[in-house]
Amino acid sequence: MIPMLSRLVKVLSSVRLAVALLACGIVLVFLGTLAQEPMGLYLVQERFFKAFFVDQISINAAVRKASHLVFLNLDPLPPEAYEAHPRIPVFPGGYLIGGLLLVNLLCAHIAKLKLSWRKTGILLTHAGVVLMIVGQVFTDLLSTESNLSFFEGETKAYSEHVDRQELVFAKDVPGTDRESVVSIPASMLKDGAEIRHPSLPFVVRVRDWYQNSTSRTRAPMVHTNRQPAASEGVGRKAIVDRLPPVRDMDHRNMPAAVIELSGEKGALGTWLMSGQISNQEIEADGATWRAELRPERLYLPFSFTLLKINHEVYRGTDIPRNFQSRVRIDNPGTGEHREVDIYMNNPLRYGGLTFYQSQMNRELLGQFSGLQVVRNPSWLGPYLSTAMIFGGMLLHFAIMLVGFIGKQKKSAATQTPPTVVPAAARGR
Amino acid sequence: MKRWIPWLVALVALGCAVSRIVPKREPGMAVAEFGRLPVVFNGRVQPFDSVARNSLMQIRNRQTLPDDKAGGTMEAMPWMLELMLKPEAADARRVFRIDHPDLKALFGLPLDPSGDDDGKHYSWNRLQPRFSNLVEQVAPAEEKAATTRTTFEQAVLKLHNAATLYMRLQNTIQPMRGTNFAAELAAYQASIPAGTLAFKSRMKGMDFQTNALVAMLEYSERYLAMDGMRAPLILPPDHAEKEGDGWLRMGDALLQASIPGPLFTHIMGKKPLPQEEAEQMIESVGTVPMHRSIARFAAISTAYRANDTAGFNAAVADYRATLDRPFAAELSKVAWETTFYRTEPFYSAQLMYVLAFVLACAYWVGLWPTILRTAWWLVVVAFLVHNAGLVSRMLIGGRPPVTNLYSSAIFIGWGAVGLGLLLEHYWKNAIGIAVAALLGFASLIVAHMLSLAGDTMEMMRAVLDTNFWLATHVTIVTLGYASTLVAGFLGLFYVGLGVFTKVLQEKDGRNLTRMVYGILCFSILFSFTGTVLGGIWADQSWGRFWGWDPKENGALMIVLWNALVLHCRMGGLVRDRGLNLLAIFGNIVVAWSWFGTNMLGVGLHAYGFTDAAFIGLLSFAGAMLAFIGIGLLPLSAWRSTSGQAKAGTLPTRPVPAVAGK
Repeated sequence: MIPMLSRLVKVLSSVRLAVALLACGIVLVFLGTLAQEPMGLYLVQERFFKAFFVDQISINAAVRKASHLVFLNLDPLPPEAYEAHPRIPVFPGGYLIGGLLLVNLLCAHIAKLKLSWRKTGILLTHAGVVLMIVGQVFTDLLSTESNLSFFEGETKAYSEHVDRQELVFAKDVPGTDRESVVSIPASMLKDGAEIRHPSLPFVVRVRDWYQNSTSRTRAPMVHTNRQPAASEGVGRKAIVDRLPPVRDMDHRNMPAAVIELSGEKGALGTWLMSGQISNQEIEADGATWRAELRPERLYLPFSFTLLKINHEVYRGTDIPRNFQSRVRIDNPGTGEHREVDIYMNNPLRYGGLTFYQSQMNRELLGQFSGLQVVRNPSWLGPYLSTAMIFGGMLLHFAIMLVGFIGKQKKSAATQTPPTVVPAAARGR
Repeated sequence: MKRWIPWLVALVALGCAVSRIVPKREPGMAVAEFGRLPVVFNGRVQPFDSVARNSLMQIRNRQTLPDDKAGGTMEAMPWMLELMLKPEAADARRVFRIDHPDLKALFGLPLDPSGDDDGKHYSWNRLQPRFSNLVEQVAPAEEKAATTRTTFEQAVLKLHNAATLYMRLQNTIQPMRGTNFAAELAAYQASIPAGTLAFKSRMKGMDFQTNALVAMLEYSERYLAMDGMRAPLILPPDHAEKEGDGWLRMGDALLQASIPGPLFTHIMGKKPLPQEEAEQMIESVGTVPMHRSIARFAAISTAYRANDTAGFNAAVADYRATLDRPFAAELSKVAWETTFYRTEPFYSAQLMYVLAFVLACAYWVGLWPTILRTAWWLVVVAFLVHNAGLVSRMLIGGRPPVTNLYSSAIFIGWGAVGLGLLLEHYWKNAIGIAVAALLGFASLIVAHMLSLAGDTMEMMRAVLDTNFWLATHVTIVTLGYASTLVAGFLGLFYVGLGVFTKVLQEKDGRNLTRMVYGILCFSILFSFTGTVLGGIWADQSWGRFWGWDPKENGALMIVLWNALVLHCRMGGLVRDRGLNLLAIFGNIVVAWSWFGTNMLGVGLHAYGFTDAAFIGLLSFAGAMLAFIGIGLLPLSAWRSTSGQAKAGTLPTRPVPAVAGK
């Protein structure tokens, strides 16, 4: 048992393992870069970097792209292929490589590297690498990204998730200006799912779920063989078509669902819910509910009002020079009322969140500004680890250089100094 | 005598480079003087001369053209001046480069050179009759994503862009097909008082003089079309707070004297204005005086068209004098830029590098020390010229050294040569010189290729517009590229000299490996720091430290690769030869990170220039693999003794060479 264990420790602490892991890391990053164009950035992160193993489909996508490197030009896989099963792990993913590197580093330091002042640089560097890997895991787990878009003059107290949707039912609370809201995350909206909630006077049954869709008005003369999408609401006069999910950063999916509601007295009918349709009213149990499928909201304990935007381009061109939003913060909790400027390379850090100027448009419906809202409690990690790695390397190389120069001086004292053309003298 | 040869050669080289600073005397029209006038194009103040060079580069892929009429070659500035002021003559010049056979077929051009035709370059007059054929092809090509366009569609868009640019330039000073700008201007001015009065009456629903309005609108419509061409902005404001602010296009300025452009498009229903704004504008119609510089440009045009040398020179001097006081800063910047382009410091440096490299190779053949010293001084002079060019670019643009792919090539060359010189200074074994000369030359060639794409001093988009991060992240990561390449090229010399020559002895091999090792330490420090600074920039700018973007990934691969090589060495997995071979592979990693990742964006099978670059990248990688293969030959096949160190002479687990004991 003990020899087995010591052999394991030997393998886990070996430089060979470190080199093998670094090599795997390079291959992984290379393949992940290639797969990005066909698979889209989010899916690549999920399948290559934030995964323990990479499956054969993703590798196939990368290899097909790589074939273009040698002018073989294999066609990319069809978009639906990425969702297919089974997915067989064929290559270590980012988490596995990172995790093993962590183990390797810790084992090596515990089992092998002796503490000496000459090794302090390496120690510091490796500690920084450990912190960096751990920090990245925390960032993956804890950070959230959302979007706050508003027009000039508009006030908002929430941001919206970029790619997560929610189905909401809301009704007014009598005698107040508030509403009571039941939110169902889109992850629960699978075909055939049945959802009950104590506050809802009906059961929600999901007939069809569309990850990406397009809904249009049903033209009875044209769409003769198409039934309306739903029996109630907007869906009575509409049809919905499934679209392949989009993956690139420039396009968004337009989710949709056909839901069936049934109360205590039986079925209420079916409704078409889609990102293209705003609030639909539903009468149930003597109350009026408003139903909507919309990006998931993150409510803020304060509100932002977009006062003015500034969209500058270089004279005589369309090249943007500056995007700037003047925003008023109203925070009833702290009693703060102040104005700030948010622009490129100058984000606002407020209330544990960071607000970055991301989009700007002045064509549609007035002046429009989009802020990227990021919550990342472990943002300090990379800064700390970087400082440690940088300092460690600097220290290590300095120690080596001093030793090397010392040795050169010693040898110079005993040998003839190198001439301008040492090889010439020796020639043949 | 021998002692003086290196100095003499270096001095001559320096003299040649420096002598180009002095402008050639112009016996006739002061065209070059005109080229030193400022203009706003691509969002920045630059000399007319730069607009001319970059435009001709985009249209013809060269900065000059053969002068069919007078013989010899024609520079870019005289060509553009003719295009702007005497377009009927310029239209006969063969400036449009067309290579794609299908595109030639589209214009009904013969595929091969015949008679007067060189089979590559065509004049506007030659293309114009069938231009609609091209325009038909543009929309379908534009609709497609850049990655899916065929070679033909790429060629269509390139030619269309060239033609658009050509027409923009034609509309810079005088309206299209104007034969007498001064006379036209006088007639237009004469029509304004009655014309604007009629216009105002008409807008208020009162009676108006139709003739007066029509007479003015005839001109205004012409100038609206002229303004729509988006020509360079040549008319200076009274004063500008930010660089480039307030400059006007000729068409725009001409319109302002009668009906301003926005009001015009408002009335035509193209771009409606808010009611209040429109009313205010109508009220102020006819009150704006003609821009003071318009008449001066008209005078320049008249003199040029009349071939009146004295008149032209006087008119240019007259206009320039009006700029002296308010635009002193712009004028000196623009003069510097003109000198920079005329001097072509990178071209001079390139020639010196290649000469130095040949000398270094000759040294290994004959082992004549004077040759080596000559090569050393040549590289030093070339490096000085390289520096001068780099610093000039920084001062002209007001930017850190690296702002785009072009400048990264210049800077990588600079860093590599600097490192090579340092190595040579320390080790004195000719390899530092050879690496410096080779990398200096190669990187400047790459830069030259990249400069074909257009203005290399373009403005930075808002996200990138931060000198702090450009100066830190971009500069350091680029130095990481440069040093990794230096290590890789040292590896090439280890293999090349070791296998093919007898000059690399055991001790030389050991020293070379130490150099590689030391440089690699430098590389990992720089590539890591640079990459992480990029992460910090991203975190500061959009809240994501790491986004797995292709360029980020490329930089990460260099860091990982350098870490791998250093761990192989520290762990004793490789010895001298192995370290050198790994370093050579590092060249491929850098090439991927530097160029490969950029090509992903436009599609790996994009054509045109990118295609050539892509083949270049592939051949480079192939060559590196070939060197690694050669390096793996059994040691008995090596002519030098460097690789033949017996196993016993090396410690079984070598301590880091530089660390020493």
